[in-house]
Amino acid sequence: MARFRVCPDSGFYFDRSAESLMKVNAVAGVVFLLIAGLLALGVILTRWQEVHLLPADLFYQVLTAHGINALIFWVIFFEMAVLYFASSTLLRSRLAAPGWAWAGFALMIIGAVMNNVAVLQGNSSVMMTSYVPMQAAPHFYLGLILFAVGALIGCFVFLGTLVLAKDDKTYDGSIPLVTFGALTACIIAIFTIASGAIILFPTFLWSIGYINHIDAEMYRIIWWALGHSSQQINVAAHVSIWYLITGILFGARPMSEKVSRFAFLLYIFFLQLASAHHILVDPGVSSEWKIFNTSYAMYLAVLASMIHGLTVPGAMEVAQRSKGYTKGLFEWLRKAPWGNPVFSGFFFALIIFGFIGGITGVVMGTEQINLIIHNTIYVPAHFHATVAVGTTLTFMALTYLLIPVLFRRALFLPWMAKLQPYVFSLGMTIMILFLLGAGTLGVSRRHWDMDFTGAALSFEYPGTAYMMMAVGGIGGVLGVLGGAMFLIVTVGSLLFGKKLEPSAGLFQGFCGIPLADSVYNVEQPPRLERAEPIEHDHSGGFEAPGTFVLALALLVCFVVYYAINWDYLSSVWPIG
Amino acid sequence: MSEENNLPKPERIPFFQRMLDNPFLLLFIGVAMPTVFYTLWGVMEVATLPIAK
Repeated sequence: MARFRVCPDSGFYFDRSAESLMKVNAVAGVVFLLIAGLLALGVILTRWQEVHLLPADLFYQVLTAHGINALIFWVIFFEMAVLYFASSTLLRSRLAAPGWAWAGFALMIIGAVMNNVAVLQGNSSVMMTSYVPMQAAPHFYLGLILFAVGALIGCFVFLGTLVLAKDDKTYDGSIPLVTFGALTACIIAIFTIASGAIILFPTFLWSIGYINHIDAEMYRIIWWALGHSSQQINVAAHVSIWYLITGILFGARPMSEKVSRFAFLLYIFFLQLASAHHILVDPGVSSEWKIFNTSYAMYLAVLASMIHGLTVPGAMEVAQRSKGYTKGLFEWLRKAPWGNPVFSGFFFALIIFGFIGGITGVVMGTEQINLIIHNTIYVPAHFHATVAVGTTLTFMALTYLLIPVLFRRALFLPWMAKLQPYVFSLGMTIMILFLLGAGTLGVSRRHWDMDFTGAALSFEYPGTAYMMMAVGGIGGVLGVLGGAMFLIVTVGSLLFGKKLEPSAGLFQGFCGIPLADSVYNVEQPPRLERAEPIEHDHSGGFEAPGTFVLALALLVCFVVYYAINWDYLSSVWPIG
Repeated sequence: MSEENNLPKPERIPFFQRMLDNPFLLLFIGVAMPTVFYTLWGVMEVATLPIAK
């Protein structure tokens, strides 16, 4: 029986099992994004001091659930869909062990629901980090462990599919760059999940009374190998998707595939070591450990991100220039399809990730200037630039691409889809920039009341800090509105979108049930041929001068901001 | 014999590319590096801290 279908619009080949798994993982991810988004509103409207919506206990409960649903469940479910797409679809291969992949998915669902129930019951408001000696209910930890085991199974199904594709000779040469990026994400995920198991299993035993003590410092070090590395999975995954989107929208080829692969290799070597920046003010570890892991190793990972930041728009510029958009430095960018949410979502994600997330990440990873902003609201501002915009907006852009291709439905309310990346990016950028400002003024993260009402040791923030939190709150509400627009378009597309294939019903969309048998009419797709080498024009001059100017602008912003932070450090902590 | 000589030699795959084409070698590197430099080193430092009296 034939097991593949070919998408008439994109030419992608979908293995029946892999297609179902991609759909259910993507749908599950979007459900957890919905939960995270609703909870985000509670967090924002409480930190906006003039509104101060929730009482303290409810605030910490909501913040815990928001963090875990957004940073763990939403992104990792979606990443499972990306892994199956990058292995099975891009390599034109059947999926290895689909039964195991379904078992992994079931474990992830059980774990995610169990963890949410634990938080909802009200005795597990321990934040995403669940630092000991704060103790959550046992099923809080058990839920995370089950989720992690399920995700680990998904990673090994991905690796198994790579082996299968190689054995079946479904492709020629090396695996495509996008699949290589997904492999990078998978490798980081395996380290992340293993670290989670190492620390969460004893913590679970501690919660049920089998272990009487977990060392707080030991917990923090190992937990952050889970907590921060889980966000590095996102980085590798969304960068891979950037290459995919530029390839599909513009027919762009990487400027140098060797350099791009080398940048992913730098991620494999060094990206996970950046977890150490969370431990920069902990007294239990040496400066050597801190400085090696952040100021040496992390910078090599930053170098990799800068390479991707140059080559992704550079490839797009080269492709646009070859189509005749050669006027001035930026005609290629002006004439880009700004009304297509796949493009606008991807490009805003790239810019905000690089300019805000990247630069603030380096500041946070520098031991000395980290002191200014450690554990302030600056930290959530940074990771909302990297994860909530860099990753989430990229995944949103990919979803707009996949609804017709994978789900075989036309987009519902296309005008709303067109506007959505603008509303989401604008709101999030306002929120991020003002929270960065408030954090620089010392406003704490994870803090219910910046007035310190009734506190034994009070503290008075400057009025500017209140203003910045308020404007940040307005931006956050706008960001939530942008998130709601995404959910209306995606859920609406599966419910009411025009069927591009008659058998694409509700169950096919939401439950991953395959389309009609007659659609799967390909026994084995033709072998994926190696792309012809790119002919480089050696006539002199830059191939992508506009991108080079953008890169210089990033460099100038970085140098100025970095210098300002050192200057600020000297004023907040005067010596002599 | 002469026909064999005329056959194109198979393309020699550079070492670096062979390394990049081996997902399990990359997996080993990607797990070993942070395990050694982040986790083990960090845990050893905490484990060797003198206990307060």
